[in-house]
Amino acid sequence: MKPAVKRLLFFTGLIVFWGLGSQFELWHETILPSPFSVWDALVAGFADMTLVYDLVASFRRLLIGLAVSLLIGTALGILLARSKTADDTIGSMVLALQSVPSIIWLPLAMMWFGLGEGAIIFVVILGGTFVMTLNVRTGIKNVNPLYIKAARTMGSGGIDLFWKVIIPASVPYLVTGARLAWAFAWRALMAGELLSAGPGLGYTLRYASDFGNMALVIGVMIIIGVVGAVVDQLIFQRIEKNVLKRWGLES
Amino acid sequence: MFIEIQHINKIYTDKDNNANTVLKDINLEIPKGQFVSILGPSGCGKSTLLSMIAGLTSASSGGIVVDGKNVQKPGKDRGMVFQEAALFPWMSVTENVVFPLRKDMNNKQAAERARHFLQMVQLSNYAGHYPHELSGGMQQRVSIARTLAMDPAVLLMDEPFGALDEQTRSRLHGQLEKIWIDTQKTIVFVTHSISESIKLSDRIVVMGTRPGTVIADIEVDIPRPRDEHKQQVAALEERIMGLLKGEIDKVINEELAYEARS
Repeated sequence: MKPAVKRLLFFTGLIVFWGLGSQFELWHETILPSPFSVWDALVAGFADMTLVYDLVASFRRLLIGLAVSLLIGTALGILLARSKTADDTIGSMVLALQSVPSIIWLPLAMMWFGLGEGAIIFVVILGGTFVMTLNVRTGIKNVNPLYIKAARTMGSGGIDLFWKVIIPASVPYLVTGARLAWAFAWRALMAGELLSAGPGLGYTLRYASDFGNMALVIGVMIIIGVVGAVVDQLIFQRIEKNVLKRWGLES
Repeated sequence: MFIEIQHINKIYTDKDNNANTVLKDINLEIPKGQFVSILGPSGCGKSTLLSMIAGLTSASSGGIVVDGKNVQKPGKDRGMVFQEAALFPWMSVTENVVFPLRKDMNNKQAAERARHFLQMVQLSNYAGHYPHELSGGMQQRVSIARTLAMDPAVLLMDEPFGALDEQTRSRLHGQLEKIWIDTQKTIVFVTHSISESIKLSDRIVVMGTRPGTVIADIEVDIPRPRDEHKQQVAALEERIMGLLKGEIDKVINEELAYEARS
């Protein structure tokens, strides 16, 4: 059986089980709404455009935050890879920062940027930056020394060697870094939105929860999960696979 | 002389601060256009010596002069072919061959030149392919084309066919011999294969190990193609085998002694 078919059967089974459980009242509608209620809530949400505005707002923050974090992450990664002193000092700080969830910066961010876009985007940037930094650093440090030797015998050196050989050679790590940065940024965004003003998927989730609309809560959770999975599998994993193949790291 | 290697010594200091002499007082003179093999067991420092001519490794003492210039750092006058093809996987075959040319000429000239040298290694049909789509032998031919394209005065080859299967290797021997005859390049060819060195070169520098020294310098005066003179080839092979036997025993004994100690 193909993986896609297996997956389809699995999710169908899960929804049928969920629907039957609700039908026979194995659990109460207020605790776990039926799939039909969730579907209705989603349809209503899209019909009155709430969820559309939420998606647009969330994606806007994500794209800005992710773009900035990839830029800073790459620059910082290059610095750490090239300077031993930077690696010994800033590098250890980046490792420490990477190990904490970026949402803990929200209180400070709110003090600095107010309770709005600025604070959330700041948290998103912090979410993606450090994992990108560490991957860029590793990528540059792990460039096959043979490529560098070969390039040097062909008259390349200095800046030319760096941009034409070392950076392209570390592209597989850059792609992995970007993929992880996206995943961390997405989580940070949802956490940030839960705690701040709307519109946004996270905001609507909390809003629905405050009004006891569990069907919409589950609906938004499903959207968040689907967006995460789709972007990761359809975009990043595909790019990653192609790059690994082209770079000869996978047959 | 075209290449002069004078009193080269190389001493490594390992973790325990023991000085290891890798190369000891190497002196060689190589005239222009000669095909020289440097032959020796693994660990004799032959690759290190080649890397020094390329300018990738520095000597502890002594100097190397190529075409009147002291070797300080790598340069396009000394093209190097490594055991692995060392093609850049993110570039197509043509882009790889153009890499060393891009600063010396415009794109069109570089592409034209790349095509010419890909033709020489019979890979012009693969110009748009990427390295991962080629076999090991084809990759190595691209690597040779890339090196030839920058028109180096010397071609340095570090066991370039060592990782290939026997049939491919034998075919590439023929191609390399033809390229050498056509281009008249000076070639310094490092190998541990006695038959390979006899098949290809004008002269075989046999190196011994621990420390690396030149133990014999043999002119090969067997007419080409050498496949047609099997008896002479076999006689020379036996002679070199005799020279190296002691060296190989030395390596084995040392390794056994090391095993016994640890």
